[in-house]
Amino acid sequence: MRGSAALLFLASTGLFAGGLVGAGAGSPSPEIAAGREIYERCGACHSLERDRVGPRHCSLFGRRAGSVPGFAYSEAMRNSDIVWNRQTLDAFLADPLGTVPGTFMTYAGIQDPKQRADLLAFLEIATRSEPCEPLSTGSAP
Amino acid sequence: MTIREKWILEAGALSRRTLLRGGTLSAAAIGLLAGAPALFASRRADASAEQDVRILNTALAAEHEAVAAYQVGAESGLLKKDALDLAVQFQGQHKEHVELLTSTVRKLGGSPAGEKASYQFPVEKLKTQEDVLRFAAGLEKGAVSAYLGAIPILGSGDLAKAAASILGDEAMHWAVLRYVLGENPVPHAFVS
Repeated sequence: MRGSAALLFLASTGLFAGGLVGAGAGSPSPEIAAGREIYERCGACHSLERDRVGPRHCSLFGRRAGSVPGFAYSEAMRNSDIVWNRQTLDAFLADPLGTVPGTFMTYAGIQDPKQRADLLAFLEIATRSEPCEPLSTGSAP
Repeated sequence: MTIREKWILEAGALSRRTLLRGGTLSAAAIGLLAGAPALFASRRADASAEQDVRILNTALAAEHEAVAAYQVGAESGLLKKDALDLAVQFQGQHKEHVELLTSTVRKLGGSPAGEKASYQFPVEKLKTQEDVLRFAAGLEKGAVSAYLGAIPILGSGDLAKAAASILGDEAMHWAVLRYVLGENPVPHAFVS
């Protein structure tokens, strides 16, 4: 966690990625603010707390890939033997299809290391803060 | 009457005309891939066609969800008539995307993604017209980024052209929604 200001900011960020994103109540670090904006790109398929075209991101860090109960993953993702952390997410975000050939996340990737770092800084906070807290308990390994 | 109000009225009239045209694919949609029979003939057994099918099916799943999301917005009772007309028009265009992607996946020898039995939308947080429009704008922005990320990995120029055409449409949706929300409709020279 990077402080209460970041949590206040996240609590105000609304619904889906790129959904109801309001003005932040606090002052997040520049990388978290940049990461939140980058996360809006994911808004066609992902949200923090809901399974959509892609699985929810709450409790992402430390989770085994392909393990959200009830979500229809590709066989490639289910069998990837990946545990999501900064390093594995960075590699996957840089080249999803190269990292997990056969994944349903058919996206060219984020080539800029700084953008990936910002996105991960945001996700590291957002995936264990509101609105994730009520749904994370017992819902994903 | 403000310029924005006048624009919404005009868009509403267009929406009604679109509805009257019925649910068939537009000539423009048919034309997008009509000139590419060789693509389908030669690529059905191609290994890269399998990846193209996965890419198109991911897009198709998102388009199904967009159709459902606009339905939630339309049935929310929160949209005034002009905004409702706009939402219905945009939903109709997403339906056209669904039809084009579905037929393309089939022609490539794949099994098209269908709509889910239910979708998880944050309906408890949609309390005003602005909430609904902002929610839709977020989906459209994400869709633009998704197509932008899919186009470079599609295995054919014809499919990339069709995807770019959809991207352009959804970018217009995003811009119009931003405009109606009172935001700069085109905030940047490039999308990402």
